[in-house]
Amino acid sequence: MTISPPLDAPPTPQGQGHQAAHANHSLTGFIIFLCSESVIFLAFFTGYAVLKLSALQWLPPGVEGLEWRSPLLYTLVLVSSSGTVALAERCLSRGQLWGFRAFWLLSMAMGAVFLYGQAIEWRSLPFGITSGSFGSCFYLLTGFHGLHVLSGILLMALMLQRSFRPANYAAGEQGVIATSLFWHFVDVIWVMLFLLLYAWS
Amino acid sequence: MTSTAGVDSRILKAPHPVPGAPDNWKRFFSFNTDAKVIGIQYIVTALLFLLVGGLLAMIMRGELITPEADLVDRTVYNGLYTMHGTIMLFLFIFPVLNGLNNLLIPCMIGAPDMAFPKLNAAAFWMVPVFGVILMASFLVPGGPASSGWWSYPPVSLQNPLGHLINGEALWILAVALSGISSIMGAVNFVTTILRMRAPGMTLGRMPIFCWTALSAQTIQLIGLPALTGGAVMLLFDLAVGTSFYRPEGGGDPVLYQHFFWFYSHPAVYVIILPVFGVFSELFPVYARKPLFGYPFVAGASLVIVGLSLIVWVHHMFPSGVPQWMRDVFMVTTMLIAVPTGIKVFAWLATLWGGKLRLNTAMLFALGGLFNFVFAGVTGIMLATVPVDIHVNNTYFVVGHFHYVIYGAATMGVYAAIYHWFPKFTGHMYYEGLGKLHFLLTFVGTNLNFFPMHPLGLMGMPRRVSSYDPEFAFWNVIASLGAFLLGVSIIPFLLNLVSSWVRGPKSPANPWNAIGLEWLLPSPPPAENFEEHVPTVISGPYGYGTGRPLVEHQDEIERALLQA
Repeated sequence: MTISPPLDAPPTPQGQGHQAAHANHSLTGFIIFLCSESVIFLAFFTGYAVLKLSALQWLPPGVEGLEWRSPLLYTLVLVSSSGTVALAERCLSRGQLWGFRAFWLLSMAMGAVFLYGQAIEWRSLPFGITSGSFGSCFYLLTGFHGLHVLSGILLMALMLQRSFRPANYAAGEQGVIATSLFWHFVDVIWVMLFLLLYAWS
Repeated sequence: MTSTAGVDSRILKAPHPVPGAPDNWKRFFSFNTDAKVIGIQYIVTALLFLLVGGLLAMIMRGELITPEADLVDRTVYNGLYTMHGTIMLFLFIFPVLNGLNNLLIPCMIGAPDMAFPKLNAAAFWMVPVFGVILMASFLVPGGPASSGWWSYPPVSLQNPLGHLINGEALWILAVALSGISSIMGAVNFVTTILRMRAPGMTLGRMPIFCWTALSAQTIQLIGLPALTGGAVMLLFDLAVGTSFYRPEGGGDPVLYQHFFWFYSHPAVYVIILPVFGVFSELFPVYARKPLFGYPFVAGASLVIVGLSLIVWVHHMFPSGVPQWMRDVFMVTTMLIAVPTGIKVFAWLATLWGGKLRLNTAMLFALGGLFNFVFAGVTGIMLATVPVDIHVNNTYFVVGHFHYVIYGAATMGVYAAIYHWFPKFTGHMYYEGLGKLHFLLTFVGTNLNFFPMHPLGLMGMPRRVSSYDPEFAFWNVIASLGAFLLGVSIIPFLLNLVSSWVRGPKSPANPWNAIGLEWLLPSPPPAENFEEHVPTVISGPYGYGTGRPLVEHQDEIERALLQA
């Protein structure tokens, strides 16, 4: 499929214009995808609320309530990582590539800390995924969200690796914007989840 | 991408590898990223699964031609109707419509391809994958899923043989994969329509098919994640033993019904909206008149999107939902008739006083419209709570939705396939065979699905392999109609294959239609208009007005004629 430019048309610099336009489409597509993705969480949240409101006995026998102090700490870590992501973006727009990489790496680390905290909490809980509706909902919601955090960290790693490719950062910025949008999305979802799972009891 | 100066050089350039040319048929079996190749891949795959789903229907109607359960075992019958419904929806009608979207949207809006060609190809190749997964469920111990196409728990959670890999698990897996594939497709279609239109093609100048595709794909984006989420929970309940829907662990089986119908009712609009688009494209061409009330027809699609998201509980009137919910959803359901009615009257007004050309495509469109109006009337009946509770789970419901999905949607798809066949294959189809196909389909549809209404009103339940002898009369007629429908596929496939292989060559614009796709050669080159996208200067459907659609239209048409 080689396309030779027609004789009477001015030669267009192959790629450039196309690529810029294409990156733009990617961001549109990614935002549409995020909106769609939020419906899955909305479905899970609604299911959780319906099951909780109609339950005769919600918590598994022997469980009084969820311990919320250390999850709150990890929540703060995750939420503030949204701030470091924004700082990284600001560095990038000012052309400070190393500042971007530092804040970006810091955000990844904070995401990893959150996942670590999640793993510790899962191990310490006295109920499993088969312990009634509450257990099912708890592990599904936190697990599905955890998967998103993990994907976010992987996406960030990809963007970090790309930042070392020379002369990439004119087009690469779109990927950074998309990744940071995803990260903010994951954070907002977690805040809602925290309110639903820990605060609402 | 604005200049129209290079029209001639575009037309005169050596033709690109064209879809369907005998020397490059292999491209249809590869990970090709050209939307036109993917469109044909979708349509051919869907038609193959139509044959599979149709075969299951033939066996069922063979069983039902006598009151006794004599042809197949009852448990086999349960698997038959479950798989028939699942195949026809997820492997026939959705893929065939995505095929039309792929062929038509880029050409109609003047884009070289979809926004994300690789994502597009990946979305297509998931179809055969989940198709094979679903077919494999015939081979696992215990047979395929047998709890109906909606897989309500607790029936769907039974898993009597206790295997981890069972028909039901494969069913859920296939449906979840289908959902992911459709979301990938929807992101692509919406982005393409929003971002890649030709210069001058404002939203208000977009062909109605693109409006309906945009509306339908928006529903996919909002609804499918809910179904996928619900299906994931069902899979966990089935495979891990969680209690989302298991009452014994505190779960709620009706919750699943909400998730399922929150998507699966709007899914009906995902199916019918593009067919509305097809009607809106075809009637102006074959009546030689502009579409009546373009802004209302376009806007009605968006209204349908909004309403479709708040009607799902009408499938659950007998499922123990509170009375206020029944009342609210009865009203919202009936409201859908308003935008739909606007469209129907717009089509009638388009046809009124037109110079009708009754070729195969137009016959299918008119037949589809007729069946759709009938289905709409029974739909309003079903929206009424007392009637619905009376005929719930009877053949009345089966008759209603077969009129929608076969009578209207599939006949609309046939209309589209005939109408755009010359454009995308470069060959004309045979009118005689086409009209035979129409006759068999129209008679067969009504003979098959009309008797289901009296049967339902008499009280014959759906999903049974044996029935009371008093129902025999209508069942025999329905079965004869079904066999007629089975036969009707023969002239259809014969027509497609023979005319693609050796049919007469098609000119660029055989129907004298107005639209960007008709300003391309037949078949269009790989990148459609490439760099020479014409600038649109007027709205669509300017039949009889003499207004050109694009700048330099004469020049482009002359070049097409010379080529």
